[in-house]
Order: sequence, then structure tokens, then C-alpha cells
Amino acid sequence: MDYQPISGIPALIAMSLKVTVIFTVVMLVVAYTTLAERRVSAWIQDRSGPNRVGPGGLLQPIADGIKNFLKEETLPATASRVFFVLAPMLTIVPALVTFAVIPIAAPLPTPWGVVDMIIADVPIGILYVLAVSSLGVYGLVLGGWASNNKYAFLGGLRASAQMVSYEVALGLSLVTVLMLTGSVTLTEMVWQQQQLDVWFALPLSLAFIFFLISAFAETNRLPFDMPESESELVTGYHTEYSSMKFSMYMIAEFGHMVTASALMATLFFGGWDLPGMWDDAFWYQGQLIKGFASDGSVLLAAPAVWKTLITFGAFALKTSIFLLIYIWVRWTLPRFRYDQVMALGWKVMLPVALAYVMVMAGTILSLDEVGLQWGFFYGMVLTAVSALCTLFFLLFIDRGHTIVGAAALERQKRTVHLPRRASAPTPPPAPVAAGQEAR
Amino acid sequence: MNNFTNPGAAMSGAYLPLLLLFTVSVLNAVGMMVASHILSPRRPTAQKEMPYESGMIPLGDTRARFSVKFYMVAISFIVFDLETIFLIPWAVQMRELGWSAFLAMTMFVVVLAVGLLYEWKKGGLEWD
Repeated sequence: MDYQPISGIPALIAMSLKVTVIFTVVMLVVAYTTLAERRVSAWIQDRSGPNRVGPGGLLQPIADGIKNFLKEETLPATASRVFFVLAPMLTIVPALVTFAVIPIAAPLPTPWGVVDMIIADVPIGILYVLAVSSLGVYGLVLGGWASNNKYAFLGGLRASAQMVSYEVALGLSLVTVLMLTGSVTLTEMVWQQQQLDVWFALPLSLAFIFFLISAFAETNRLPFDMPESESELVTGYHTEYSSMKFSMYMIAEFGHMVTASALMATLFFGGWDLPGMWDDAFWYQGQLIKGFASDGSVLLAAPAVWKTLITFGAFALKTSIFLLIYIWVRWTLPRFRYDQVMALGWKVMLPVALAYVMVMAGTILSLDEVGLQWGFFYGMVLTAVSALCTLFFLLFIDRGHTIVGAAALERQKRTVHLPRRASAPTPPPAPVAAGQEAR
Repeated sequence: MNNFTNPGAAMSGAYLPLLLLFTVSVLNAVGMMVASHILSPRRPTAQKEMPYESGMIPLGDTRARFSVKFYMVAISFIVFDLETIFLIPWAVQMRELGWSAFLAMTMFVVVLAVGLLYEWKKGGLEWD
């Protein structure tokens, strides 16, 4: 049977449906991530957590939402009113529109044609994600500035510096993914992982580690939650925000978390892909194919409703695992100091990521030179090279040389200021009499 | 590899859903603002309207000077993010372009790495 992409009026209806449904689902996932965070935190800390509203506390997010709508809004007398109101909206919109280019399941066959399970398969793909998700920082900085509150202002400053620092490492870890896929669209990234028979988390393990760390820093989650560290800045940039405006900042933060988790699942864990060729599907020269035969002819894919449902389940599972890791890490690692955050971004991740990009580029070109077939063995060679890089990074690059605790800094100061041994040895200091020592 | 094209993506209407989603998000944000403005009570007092400084009466001006380090970070970001942007087109076409492009990019990266090293040694990355 020949499958054609959906077109005409049904395509418009499908588009509207996709936008509405995916937007609603993302909002619901965000709401229930807040509940999951509280329940999992409670579980980790051996207490109950919210369990009174609805069965097992399942209606808690709805109660929270209603409560936030009904709470009094405060507006500081000294705040810049226009920007104070504008800032939460500037934060929440980028957080919710980033999801548009992430494919969530295998294409769905309908009587009117095949529907891609993605809101917009735009040709710029990952560049759209990079561009839009970094717009969120404007809302944080503006909110912190407009509040006219010292804590909020410092929180906004920290947020901007931290987010731009880690965007560099994030971009560099993406460059290796682009080298393997040869395309910036996320649908093709999923497809290339299906073709390679290995999810990119293995061939690009160090890039995945960098992406994970940067994603934590970009979403301002512990251990990188300097912009809102309660022990120093009250709650940072949203100190002055109350009722729904506060809620909008929270929705934006969790929205970024959901998007980052979905991105990690898509870029490094095959997105909606499951092992095996049965679910593979990609538009190749107007045909929906699942791969190539050994003589180069195409093998047509067979999309089915049950395949779409199962692959959507796989995608949701992968995303939830990353969301769980977000919450888990929050109660595992203590917060960094700000100079440690900056040192990790600029002195460790940036140079290592640059070197890694060049190493992987050299490896891929060498493998092509040898004429190795794009497939499982190719992926395994890359995995071995990446594993070596990762081991080198984890074991040698930073063992307390760059990122150091306060005590180590003191020790350094003491050792650095010892008198240098010149060509002529300095005379030993005159022995100090016992009485003179205190001076 | 350039043959992989999604007929849906090739259409000029590929960006239409983005516009729709953007509209929905903006409406959602404005709706939240308006709804909470209508529903929430409002009984302002002088104490409530004070900036929150842990219960103390605020001292001094908020628009004070802040560390020049934040500007340094912003400038470094522009340099190295542009580097990433330059790397992306090469990365997408790397396997077609081959070794000569690899050599060119290696030189580019080395030059920037030397710049990073210089900034590091000059203390531009220190934070104290």
C-alpha cells in the first residue's frame, strides 16, 4: 500500500488538533511534574508528601492552580509596572513553544493520509530549539530587574550569566550530534539513530554527559540553582512575584525541564524509536521508508496505529526517566558555589567539548576514509573512541584542579605565597625568640 | 544524505503550526494574567508594597553597580557562541566536505582555543 502525507483541509485540521492536544498535554505534564517532584522528594526524604487532595494526592496540581489564581497579587511600589507584568509572560511563552519541533511518535496512518507526530517539522529543527529556549533568559533578567529588589536583581544577573555560559557547552555537544546526522531536523536525528542501530548516547557518550550537565544549568535546577538559591537570595528573580505570576515562573521552569528531558531522549536515546526495524519510518523522496536493502533499493515502512501508540509510550517513558533524574539529582548533590559554576562551564566543559568535537570529527572522517558501512559496527567504533574520551575526562581532566572547595583555595594560597627559590638559596630565617613570636 | 526530505517539511506552510502554537501560548499567558487579575483580591498596604528584604526596611538603592565580571561573561559568550554557530554548518556537511574542511576548522578552533587560553591566563575567567 502506498502511503502519502496528509494534505489539504484534513492536514489543516490535523495541524490544529496536534497543536491543541500537544499544548494541553505539555501543560498537564508540567502540572504533574510539580506533583511528582513533591512526591518523589517526600519519598527520598522518607515522608508522605501531598496525599490528601484526590486519590493519592492526584488532584493536588489542580488545587494548587486554583489556589494560585485566588491569591492576592502584590506589586511592589517601586517596581517598573509594565516590565514586572511582562516578564512572566516572556518567560512562559518560550518554555511552552520549544516543544513544537520534537517528534513524539511514529507517523500515524489515517484514511486521509499519514500524519507526522510532530507539531512542525521545520527545516531548521534544532536551531529553533536553541534560539527559542534561550529567549527564556530575558524574562528572568527582566523580572529580576523590574522587581526593584536586591535579591531579585542578583538572581536575574546570576541567571543570565549562568545560562549564557552553559549555552556554549550545550551548543558544542550538539555539534557532534549534527556531524553524525548531517541534518538539523529532529526527525532525521531519530531516523539516523534507527539506521545506525545504536542510540547516540553510546557513540557520543561525552556529548551526552555535557548535554545533561548543561541542561541542568540551563533550567536552573540543582546543583545549578544559583539564580534562586533560597539560602542566599530568598528565591532569586521571582522573590517579588506572587499568585499566578509566581506560578507562571514555576510553569516555565518545569516546562523547560520537560523540553530538556524530551530533547535528551530524542537526541541521545533514539526519541520514539524502539530497538528493531519494525517501527522505523522516514520520508525519503516522497515515500515513507523503513530502510534500504543491500542493493540500495528502499524498503517501504508500514505505519500502524498500534505502532504509533507504542512508540509514543517509549518516548513518554524515556522523557519521564529524565524528569525523574532531575528530581533525584536535586536531593543527591549539594549546590555549587557561583565561581565553581562558572569555572565548570568555561574552564572545563568548553575546552574539553571543543577537543571532543575535533576528535569525533577526525574519527568519523577516518571511518569514512576506510569505507566502513554506516551501521552497527560503525557505531561501535565511535562508542569505543567516545568511551576513551569519557574515561579520560572523568578520570584525569578534573580531579579537583579547577573546581575546588573553599578549603582547597586556602591551601593553595598558603602554598603559592611561599618564598620562591631563586638561583642563590635564600638564607634561612633567623630563629625567633620565644617571646617575640606574638609581636 | 541531502536526499532526505520530508514532503511535509518542504512545504512553505511548515512554519504555520509554529505560528499557531505561538499564538496559543501567548493567549494562554495573557489569559492567566487577566484571570488572576480578576479573581485575586487586592488590599494593598504600605508594608505589602515594600520590596522584600527578609523583613528589614530596605536600605540603599537597588540600581547599584554590579560586578564587571558579568559583562566579561557576556563578551566571552558572544565570542564562543559565535564559534559554535560557525561550527554548526560545517558539522552538518562535514562528511561531504572531507579532510580539507576539517583542516580549516581545526585551524579555526585552535585560534579560538589560544584565545580562550589567553583569557584564562589573563584572569578573565576567575571569579573572586
